[in-house]
Amino acid sequence: MRKRNWRAAPLALLAMAGTWSASAQERYGIGRAATPAEIAGWNIDVGGNDGSNLPAGSGTVERGKTVFAEQCASCHGDNGQGGIGDRLVGGKGTLASPKPVKTVGSYWPYAPTLFDYIRRAMPMNAPQSLGDTDVYAVSAYVLHLNGLLPADATLDAKSLSAIKMPNRDMFVGDPRPDVKIPACTKDC
Amino acid sequence: MAEAAKGTENLPPDVPEWMKTPGDPAGSQPYGTPSTYEKNVVRHVPKNAAQYISAASRTPLQDLDGIITPNGLFYERHHGGIPNIDPAQHRLVLHGLVDKPLIFTMEDIRRFPSQTRIYFIECSGNPTYTKPYGKTASDLVGLVSCAEWTGVSLKLVLQEAGLQPEAKWVVAEGADAAAMTRSIPIEKCLDDAMLAYSQNGERLRPQQGYPLRILLPGYEGNMSVKWLRRLKVTAEPVYSREETSKYTDLMADGSSREFTFYMEAKSIITRPSGGQRLSAPGFHEITGIAWSGHGKVMRVDISVDGGKTWQEAQLQEPILTRALTRFRFPWHWDGQPVTIQSRATDETGYVQPTLAELVAIRGENSFYHNNAIWPWRIAGNGEITNAQA
Repeated sequence: MRKRNWRAAPLALLAMAGTWSASAQERYGIGRAATPAEIAGWNIDVGGNDGSNLPAGSGTVERGKTVFAEQCASCHGDNGQGGIGDRLVGGKGTLASPKPVKTVGSYWPYAPTLFDYIRRAMPMNAPQSLGDTDVYAVSAYVLHLNGLLPADATLDAKSLSAIKMPNRDMFVGDPRPDVKIPACTKDC
Repeated sequence: MAEAAKGTENLPPDVPEWMKTPGDPAGSQPYGTPSTYEKNVVRHVPKNAAQYISAASRTPLQDLDGIITPNGLFYERHHGGIPNIDPAQHRLVLHGLVDKPLIFTMEDIRRFPSQTRIYFIECSGNPTYTKPYGKTASDLVGLVSCAEWTGVSLKLVLQEAGLQPEAKWVVAEGADAAAMTRSIPIEKCLDDAMLAYSQNGERLRPQQGYPLRILLPGYEGNMSVKWLRRLKVTAEPVYSREETSKYTDLMADGSSREFTFYMEAKSIITRPSGGQRLSAPGFHEITGIAWSGHGKVMRVDISVDGGKTWQEAQLQEPILTRALTRFRFPWHWDGQPVTIQSRATDETGYVQPTLAELVAIRGENSFYHNNAIWPWRIAGNGEITNAQA
């Protein structure tokens, strides 16, 4: 028994070392290298807080008004007041009330997120159909409707990243468990 | 022989009609479906959704037994409809803060060492705090389901590309029309996160992300991105629309909680429950489901006196981490009006609160993460309704 353990121990150590190196360093060799072109085509996420990965180009509030009327108004209302799609405009000052109105202007913490979301998911019946110019333009128009850009503004990566949304500082981390109730079993 | 009354012609002493002639041949249904007599056990689709490509359907919890949700009854929540993806043309791209960006086919993904685990998935708005509250268990918490998932540990896939030291988050993106995007802490990705391609033994259903989804046990369901096409390793969260303007919890003071990932401990009595009716006084088993995003359910207590006293229910094994747990409680109904309810405690010691206790701290506008106790009122005639409606 003792002799067997003595012989087995180094083998076990070797086996452990082998397992460890496989998980830490060795690879299975599955998949192939993704090419820069493949990545570029799919790498559409824009950093909401800093505008990182926003594309080149720009769009105007004026052009955005036209795009909005053609692509967005049927769901979001002529002036972004909402319909079968979310309300986009107004609601400022309502968040602490019994009937909060969450819109781009009243609730969204970051402006570049608007570009990201419109480009990836809007219009709902034809996502990823708008060019970057029109995505900038319609983002500019929605921000204009919320009083965050003047009517003659042109929006690009730099100016979009520079917009401070009114509700930005109202977001906090997760404090849960916040409701701590002891388990009562009698005379509760 | 006297003609039997309609509806009793197959009862003894008569010979049932289905014994007098052969039934359907084997294979008459290449993919089997439930009995035609179970046609009402279906997902509950809302009647007045503004649009159905971004909507949910609910698991009929009150009609199910055990802890596994049948694939056809697993709850749905889509944000851009259900894509019909050709797996031969599906790819997963893994890039960002990795040593070697990689692209995988579905065949590649299935070559990795596989694992099988049972986990629940729950939508974070299950239910919302919006009145009126529902009438049935499905109305209230039918956005939770549980399945046996097979796939690969996400950690193995990330290691294949090699994580760089600054890697703190992984942004997951779906190949649906919403291109659903959520940021996941790297700690979760290296813990129990998995990439799943099968559910209850068969390939994922399109509604559940066919051919590939990420699965984040215990996290709000929205983060378990379906139809997964891309994982981008980053230093910061991406702050996508779905983790800023949605899936954040608005407090009464106007502040909002972000990155509220875990689903806290919860339970519901599914039988007897709202919409059902007790046929007569006497013995009735109280049964239901409990779960916690923080681990195992430790105990479930039942009150059959409106919350004055509580007694421990039996937990059906297996009791699994971040899976539904079935509880049972033998009960004798005396025929008097009564309110019954269940309360879960998880392995962290966390106790499921009442709705009033939750609202006292979070207000009524937080929309997500309502894990309140849900009492049922049983009337003298046996009818069961939501005691909190």
